[in-house]
Amino acid sequence: MRAANPPTRRDRIRTQVMAVIALTVVWNLLWGAFTWANLFSGILVSAAVVIFFPLPPVEFDGRVRPLGLLNFALRFIADLVAASVQVAVLAFRFGHRPTSAIVAVPLRIRSDLNMTLVAEAVSLIPGSLIVEADHETTTLYIHMLGVEDEEHLERLREHVLRLEDRLARALGSDEELRRCGIDPSERKERRS
Amino acid sequence: MTVAGVLDAIAAVCMVAGAVLSLSAGVALLRFPDLLSRMHAAAKPQVLGLLLILTGCAIRIGTVIDITTMVLIAVFQLATAPVAAHMVGRAAYREGRVRAELLLADELAPDADKFTDKSRDDSR
Amino acid sequence: MTVAAIAVAALLTAAGALTLIRIVRGPSTLDRIVATEVLLAITASAIAAEAAFTRDPTSLPVLVVLAILGFTGSVAVSRFITREKP
Repeated sequence: MRAANPPTRRDRIRTQVMAVIALTVVWNLLWGAFTWANLFSGILVSAAVVIFFPLPPVEFDGRVRPLGLLNFALRFIADLVAASVQVAVLAFRFGHRPTSAIVAVPLRIRSDLNMTLVAEAVSLIPGSLIVEADHETTTLYIHMLGVEDEEHLERLREHVLRLEDRLARALGSDEELRRCGIDPSERKERRS
Repeated sequence: MTVAGVLDAIAAVCMVAGAVLSLSAGVALLRFPDLLSRMHAAAKPQVLGLLLILTGCAIRIGTVIDITTMVLIAVFQLATAPVAAHMVGRAAYREGRVRAELLLADELAPDADKFTDKSRDDSR
Repeated sequence: MTVAAIAVAALLTAAGALTLIRIVRGPSTLDRIVATEVLLAITASAIAAEAAFTRDPTSLPVLVVLAILGFTGSVAVSRFITREKP
């Protein structure tokens, strides 16, 4: 596997090809039908977008693990429903003023892409909201709603770290897995 | 009860649940004491509420063309809502819109200087 | 289905009304942005519900535009607010 080094020409081209594929899919979905005409016009339009509005390459040095991804998605939906109900209940508890807290959660994963994905997942779940993110130390500052006491706060912090574990299992590199305290080789054995 | 009837019932339940979430967001928006708490309320109808209503919609309409459009709506919504929330939350904290007496802990306060200095650099 | 339609319409109308109160009251611009975002989400839900109940997908493309526009608006305004102060 590759180490995190400055993006090479190959990385650039790979990012651009991925962008063209993704944009073509969106173009076809927008037209609502998958035809040859849509496919070619989509490739043309997305190539133009990628060439005229270039973005820095996205570093991705992990591996995609389908089972981990499925687990991450299912747990995310479960969290989403549970948290939505919790916040809704808080909203209807008249005469009760919810206290909240800003919590610093130092993440163990390092790549920008994975950090973004954790931040997105945390934000999408009602009850937690990213206030600041420190790119250098990969620390997320999260505002949590309905925190009752110190112990509850620690539980919520654990919750975010477990979400990070699941993401590392879904998309992380071997190094990131090790940082999360998961042995990559042991993981493979357990799955087989 | 026919299959269509069952599907209609599921769609109806999804949509009413989505609408209830929207209402709870409205109530929370009015009741919660400070800006950051209110923003949590804003996340709900945008994420789960809309997803539920779109699910109901997909069940009712059920043609491939329209379902792809709905998938696209859901993906756009899920990808953009956190970014908007982060931008507003960050602006709120930097503007001092956080009421300290409502916070149990503020672990950002010791590091806050780091960000205000940085913001000057990256505010192109 | 008619009962569900009436229920959804009533709930969304109430939600929209509460959100409007917050937009009027403020107190800060950021409060208003957040409330506007919620109002937009409620509008989107209403359009989607209308499409579902009439089984008429004509208005679905509007939702695609709404999903992107709401985001652009909030980001632009909050960016503007942070920069306002020297």
